[in-house]
Amino acid sequence: MLWLRMGLTHPKKTVSSKAPSPLNGLSPGRPAPTPLLDAPPETICPTQALKEHGNVMTVDYTRCIHCRLCHQQPDQNRMSWEEGYQWAQMTSPRLPHSFRHSLHIRVVDAGDCGACLNELHQLASPVYSLHRLGIAFTPTPRDADVLVITGPITVSMKEAVQEAYQAMPSPKRVVAVGTCALSGGLFASSFALAGPLEKILPVDLSVPGCPPPPLALLHAFQLLMGAKSEEMRTQGVRT
Amino acid sequence: MTAAQELEMILTQHQDINRRVESNGIRLTIPASLLPQLVSQLSPQWTFVGIVPEDDARTQSLRLLYVFYTPKGPWLGMEVRNHDQVIPSISNILFAADWQEREMEDLFDVSFAGHPQLGDFVLHDSHWPEGTAPMKRHSWEIHQKANGFEDLGTHRIVDASGSFVMPIGPVFSGTAESIQFGLETVGEEIVFAHIRPFYKYRAVEKLMRGQTPMGSLLIAERIDGLTAFSHALAMAQAWETLGDLQISPRAQLLRVFWAEIERIRSHLQVLSGILESTGLSVPQNLLQAQEEELLQISGAFSGHRYLFGLIRLGGLSRDWSAEDIQHIVKRLETLVHHSQEILDALTFDNSFLDRLEAVGTLSGERARTHGLVGPVGRASGIHRDVRIHQPYAAYDNVVFDVPVQTEGDGYARFRQLAQEMTQSIRIIQQIPSMLTPGEVVPTDKFHPALRTAFGYVESPGGSVLCAVSSNNQGMVERCRIITPGLVNWHAFPDAIRHFAFQDFPIIMATFGLSVADLDR
Ligand code: SF4
Ligand code: SF4
Repeated sequence: MLWLRMGLTHPKKTVSSKAPSPLNGLSPGRPAPTPLLDAPPETICPTQALKEHGNVMTVDYTRCIHCRLCHQQPDQNRMSWEEGYQWAQMTSPRLPHSFRHSLHIRVVDAGDCGACLNELHQLASPVYSLHRLGIAFTPTPRDADVLVITGPITVSMKEAVQEAYQAMPSPKRVVAVGTCALSGGLFASSFALAGPLEKILPVDLSVPGCPPPPLALLHAFQLLMGAKSEEMRTQGVRT
Repeated sequence: MTAAQELEMILTQHQDINRRVESNGIRLTIPASLLPQLVSQLSPQWTFVGIVPEDDARTQSLRLLYVFYTPKGPWLGMEVRNHDQVIPSISNILFAADWQEREMEDLFDVSFAGHPQLGDFVLHDSHWPEGTAPMKRHSWEIHQKANGFEDLGTHRIVDASGSFVMPIGPVFSGTAESIQFGLETVGEEIVFAHIRPFYKYRAVEKLMRGQTPMGSLLIAERIDGLTAFSHALAMAQAWETLGDLQISPRAQLLRVFWAEIERIRSHLQVLSGILESTGLSVPQNLLQAQEEELLQISGAFSGHRYLFGLIRLGGLSRDWSAEDIQHIVKRLETLVHHSQEILDALTFDNSFLDRLEAVGTLSGERARTHGLVGPVGRASGIHRDVRIHQPYAAYDNVVFDVPVQTEGDGYARFRQLAQEMTQSIRIIQQIPSMLTPGEVVPTDKFHPALRTAFGYVESPGGSVLCAVSSNNQGMVERCRIITPGLVNWHAFPDAIRHFAFQDFPIIMATFGLSVADLDR
């Protein structure tokens, strides 16, 4: 009774991913393609995410760790910064119809620093309220149709990741969440990694970010459900 | 007798011990055979922090530094050579050294005479051949075993009819981290518990080698992304000591400001986790919404929801106007106020209290044996807080209390977190009027000295020690990071013994420990 009253007297606004406002604070944004810089990109970016493409400096978002070092440079070397959160990229053909109504997601932590997991966890809070979209986390592989992997996939977690995939019924989809899962990020050169994920499982959807904010994750799951038409970006993203 | 007098007395008994004074520290070179005796003489007064490996330039080999401190006093390091003598295990005297010795054995191939269980710890035997020792100076070639995934359940202690081991993990439900437990039971009750960590081992300490200071900060932030600011601050402080960098009073205060914001976020997360484990979804959702509000404040004003990229050597990567700071403080006051309302209401919910009271109890005695740190330790009566005992940044200049409980049960840990949050907002409220103009974004040139330096920080989970030695190009030669996870997880199996299975998730939630922080 106490909690019923409290729940009613502390109403929480639910953020709609259609018109998030103000975006500030909901997403860190990310570097955007910029005319060529004066300095060589490898002297600026710690993960070699900046790449020259003709006369544009592009960003490989599978490597970018949102450190903002490229944005804190003097003018002639500064990458511009874009707001937004629609970062997810399909890496496999369109999905079958069966995903349109609801998604049951199983999450496996394969060496996550904690932040990607916490952003996933925030989705269930009343602020984002994942459930209203028919999306739920499930503990049982048999009920799952989407496998979400975070972290750079350590050697010791490799089999657990494979087992989780095998235990799921078809059709099933694999989502790589976070720069770690996409490229290893800062950990890429560690001897203790078996990842990135694409070396282990076929990845259907990748969500870059370090960590991708809840809105980016919502957008990703809605893409899986076919609710959003995907904006194909050609620059700087591996397909 | 004070700790310093105690040390003097011990040293007069051992004339052969060489002593050197370093910045805020004393370093003793001792023969390995003396280690157990000195440790037992020192340990009541001196707090054991951890074992830090160093390269001995003269002998081209590894040596170990056993680090201790006293409240407000200098740190004490006992240096032991490894290449020509047997190092005795000290875990029978200091249980807190147990995991650190196992780690050293697995990663550096240092053998500790008398330790009952070495091997198969950081590097799981199913994946790495015994003796891989990846942290040894020249081991760059590391070979994995071809294949193999073995379940835990090999170890058994309980010998009773009907007893069995129940393996749990490494994968859990929801968004929990990966770690494995083996619960030995004869029915409803957990009789003995094993823990198998390091599924998430990313070899951070090895990756640090050869990193620039900036690179080391970026990696430090991602050891445990939920306490990123604290880890980066510990790393920065070690470099700042090596380079003798001066930090402006403004930057010091702003570091305290953001560190306390991180503490509030982390405590809110643990508290809402406790509520989730007891099935109280309404207050859990309400608290989680406050955490999200805090993440949005962090994101809007620091540029990152988890404060990545904020720490720089010598200061911070940006500054804020007085209006911004005021605005942040206002919003924080409101959200802490709302959170406290929810937490206060919980103390009237009997069914909630029943789930936490006298559950997962660690007595002060047990807590001391494990050397517990952070809110988990303070909930068991251990008054230990680096912010007070080894003050850094501007903690000397702000007024706050360090709450302590005595019961050591789940409810004590719950109250501890709530009370610490109140103190954090109290610190934050003092800061706007103390800020004077000054340089925050550093531009200084930097020349680190060739030795080991420490950075201590009280992260939301407890003390973080970051030990860094630099090479002559100003990059990391060796790095050791002793985290609250490494210390406190060691005690967790002890806390779940003799409780029912259904209490397991609740006890785990009240510990609020990060696995990333342990595995590194
Ligand atoms: S923000 Fe991304 S692209 Fe820019 S320097 Fe950092 S990692 Fe590189
Ligand atoms: S991508 Fe970034 S936030 Fe996500 S697990 Fe890796 S380091 Fe952490």
